[in-house]
Amino acid sequence: MANHRILIVEDSPTMRQLLVFALKRLKDVEVVEAQDGMDGLRKVTSDHFDLALVDINMPVMDGLKLISLIRGEDNLKEMPICVITTEGAQEDRDRALQLGANEYLTKPIQANNVLAVAKALLKRT
Amino acid sequence: MSDDRMEFEDRAEAVLSVFRRGAEFTKEILEDNQRLRAELNAVRSRHQNAAQDEGDWAKLREELCSRIDQLESERATIRQHLQSVESENQQFASRYVEIEEENNNLANLYVASYQLHSTLDPSEALKVILEIVINLIGAEIFCVYLHDPNDGGLRAVASEGAPVSHFPTIPSGEGFVGQSLLDGEVATRVLSGGGRGPVQGGEPTVSIPLRVDERPIGAIAIYSLLQQKSGFSALDQELFTLLAGHAATALFASQLYSQSERKLSTIQGFIDLLTS
Repeated sequence: MANHRILIVEDSPTMRQLLVFALKRLKDVEVVEAQDGMDGLRKVTSDHFDLALVDINMPVMDGLKLISLIRGEDNLKEMPICVITTEGAQEDRDRALQLGANEYLTKPIQANNVLAVAKALLKRT
Repeated sequence: MSDDRMEFEDRAEAVLSVFRRGAEFTKEILEDNQRLRAELNAVRSRHQNAAQDEGDWAKLREELCSRIDQLESERATIRQHLQSVESENQQFASRYVEIEEENNNLANLYVASYQLHSTLDPSEALKVILEIVINLIGAEIFCVYLHDPNDGGLRAVASEGAPVSHFPTIPSGEGFVGQSLLDGEVATRVLSGGGRGPVQGGEPTVSIPLRVDERPIGAIAIYSLLQQKSGFSALDQELFTLLAGHAATALFASQLYSQSERKLSTIQGFIDLLTS
């Protein structure tokens, strides 16, 4: 039984694979993938997760919408969320943090950066 | 009367018992006292003797100095050992950082290679190339060209950051991209005022030729990078090399497969027609 469950919400299979590869270095972690915002919302509201890594630009439902819906759920207000996106502008970062994201990483990512952020956010749970 | 006598005897016995315990306790205290007096006298005697004998003092001083020298020497050895351990630790830490970085790079290359060869659908292969260039390299405006065997030129088939129609067709061997495809080498250049798309008059800063065994397949032309990316790293150079080979193979294989599927389907149709 995994100690922590992490949800990756990302439409690019390449990025999902890279994130899974990075997160597998954490011990006792189960990683679940979602391919767009709607899929992510379904998963996060039907199961418990200790951390969500969310892309912003996705089809069906974008990441910002997903974050605001997650924070609207009483039982998900405290779940750590890290945004991983190509959007590097300060206003994009500010917007995501205002909506409730805890961390903001820009692509291209370094796997050890993702690992460090994930470890820090999981420690809060 | 006998009851009174018995009670009296009991009380006398109790008092005697208390007296006996008191006597034993007093005896113990007197013995301790005697022992402590003896120790005190011995210490006083040693102190008096030491103070009176100059030779003993000198010997003691000599012993202490020798012991100090020995301890100083041990300290110097330990300090040296500590410094060498610290230096080794630093080397291990630097090596660990190098290995971490290498690991990161290998992960990127593995994922890119895996994804490129995970499909035999030409449009999916193109999509994977776009994903790699956006997510792993960090390009903002770029285009994927395919080689046109009829006229030898390059035609834009997929792009990011600008519509495909904005990217010009490149005649065979011409320009930065055409030349790089002829040479079969990744070409990079720094442009002043770079980072603009083709419609804004921008020029590509990177050209990745896609070739399979000298056979031109196409090219990837990068015009600009995401704003958070300041330049190209060693990993990016590795990814360019990987794309030059593996993306070309992926596109070629998927096109061949797609063509053979169509031919197979046509032949099957004929056979069904003839046999029906």
